[in-house]
Amino acid sequence: MTQPAANCPNCGAPIVFRWSSSVQTVCTYCKSILVRTDVDLKKVSQVADLPPNASPIQIGTEGVYNHHSFVAVGRIIYEYDQGTWNEWHVVMNNGSAWLSDAQDNYVVTFAAPGRKLPPQARIGQQYIWDNETYTVTTITKAHYRGVEGELPFQYWDKDDVVFVDLMSEHGKFGTLDYSDESPALYLGESVEFDDLKLKNLRSFEGWQ
Amino acid sequence: MSTGSPNPPAAPHVKAMNCPGCGAALTLRSFTQAVTVVCESCHSILDAQDPQLKILQQFKKTTGEDPPLIPLGTRGKIRGTPYEAVGFQRRTIHVDGIPYSWHEYVLFNPYKGFRYVTEYNGHWNDVSTLRALPALNTFAGEVTVNYLGENYRHFQTAEAATTYVLGEFPWQVRVGEANEVTDYVSPPRVLSSEKSGKEVTWSMGEYVSGRDIWKSFSLSGEPPAAIGVYENQPSPFSADTKQIWTIFAAFAILVVVMLIGFASFASDEQVFQGDYVFDTNSHGEPSFVTDPFELKGRTSTLELSTHTSLDNNWIYLNYALVNQDTEKAYDFGREVSYYHGYDEDGSWTEGSRNDSVAIPSVPPGTYYLRVEPESDRGHGTIRYEITAKRDVPQFSFFGIALLALLVPAALITWRSINFEHMRWAESDHAPMESSDDGDDD
Repeated sequence: MTQPAANCPNCGAPIVFRWSSSVQTVCTYCKSILVRTDVDLKKVSQVADLPPNASPIQIGTEGVYNHHSFVAVGRIIYEYDQGTWNEWHVVMNNGSAWLSDAQDNYVVTFAAPGRKLPPQARIGQQYIWDNETYTVTTITKAHYRGVEGELPFQYWDKDDVVFVDLMSEHGKFGTLDYSDESPALYLGESVEFDDLKLKNLRSFEGWQ
Repeated sequence: MSTGSPNPPAAPHVKAMNCPGCGAALTLRSFTQAVTVVCESCHSILDAQDPQLKILQQFKKTTGEDPPLIPLGTRGKIRGTPYEAVGFQRRTIHVDGIPYSWHEYVLFNPYKGFRYVTEYNGHWNDVSTLRALPALNTFAGEVTVNYLGENYRHFQTAEAATTYVLGEFPWQVRVGEANEVTDYVSPPRVLSSEKSGKEVTWSMGEYVSGRDIWKSFSLSGEPPAAIGVYENQPSPFSADTKQIWTIFAAFAILVVVMLIGFASFASDEQVFQGDYVFDTNSHGEPSFVTDPFELKGRTSTLELSTHTSLDNNWIYLNYALVNQDTEKAYDFGREVSYYHGYDEDGSWTEGSRNDSVAIPSVPPGTYYLRVEPESDRGHGTIRYEITAKRDVPQFSFFGIALLALLVPAALITWRSINFEHMRWAESDHAPMESSDDGDDD
């Protein structure tokens, strides 16, 4: 897998893709949001200042999930009534996944396409996917606050989005993402910080 | 080419700010993870996500002071991970109009996030939020919750209101706000569900002693003494109860094995036999001594048996087992009586023709018996046989041993039941108090 190199159409800075399937990235110099076309990179927007966020993860953080090593290559930041949270786009040798960090609660999910999804959901409703019963536990009205790094799809022109979180009795976790016309499902599980064996984390003043 | 270089965000640092309410210095210890922060000097609840720290609520007048036992900013280790106390709240429930309050401490680690410690009357719990959904079951009217294979019994449901706050919280906190809190217990753990609106948050607490909290956070002085029995306090007797019954079972087996062993290894050797006749009509001196006999081997139990030809009669035998060399005598008397007959209910018997007695710990040596029979005069002759056996197995000792073991086992079991009674007396499922019918001894 080669890492295609290009230049930012806005400032000319070199743009390196860590993951060949990335569709969108953000220029680290001028914060232009760049989308890959067949021939070149196109600037579609500009990232405003990201909100202060204390996720210990950063672009380049490496870890292990299910015996697969991964690296964080991008993220989407959302704002909700308990501050902000991050959906880190992590790439593994077998594809990409999401490592969500909300107040240091970590969940790994994978896109789960091809399932019949409800147009809306209520708290307490149950759904069965892959023989696992999921119960709707939270409905979060979130506000898109920005992106960083590489993403597997175009994601920049967003405003308010609704997320439906589901949990199972066995620690499985699901999210219904209603940010597009048709909902998208992500399935995964809650993970312990220590189990991810994260490296290249941010450091915090006063904490080693 | 525009200017600028990739400047990754600086390492998050503890933010020092001033309270917009009173101007006092204020630190944000959880970086940007807190949603609200309470000024420690004027007790204004501030929006921690707002750079201007907008005042959300002021409550000091209504609550007074309630200093936390773990001062905010104190660091300690929970399960090997360092945590800093960043927030503190008092929550109050009312049961039958009586307020009960406990304290919750918010702990923070920048990598592991938030964790909690609660304290009620000197009882502490280490609390974290659940990563899986518990399963609720109702069986025979009792609500239980199963979490990761463990069953928890419903303890209490109550409206818990926040009645005091300090420091930082990862949620919107306000004094006066109440949520429905339900506890399910399986000591030493407790599962708590908290309902806010339609959403339910679950957490698990594990009982810790005040001494362990004091050690974890290196606090000075002594932790407050724990009062009463707490909902998920592990019973000091439940382990003992199990243990003592295990010990009892082990000893019981041992006793039975020993009993079988003694029975099979005891030599049960006959050392003396003699046939005698007692003539009740005779006027002669009835007492006599037997031929001497040898007791060999170790000190052991001697069993003396009397077999008689009694027929609606009795005989009393004054025995003395005398050591020929030392003159040491074992004196004892045996009454043997046997009656039988017919009445309207049919035939009946009373007593027995035979008798036997065990004389414990008789040392080896040469012995003889002195025998003095007595009976009513003029009842003809009574024939009797005396046999002596040495090293006869004894069983009563084993019964006493088992009983001696049973007493502490029963006592600990009773104390354990009593402890559980005290635990559940504080729950929604308290057994009815029987105050006036006097059967609660």
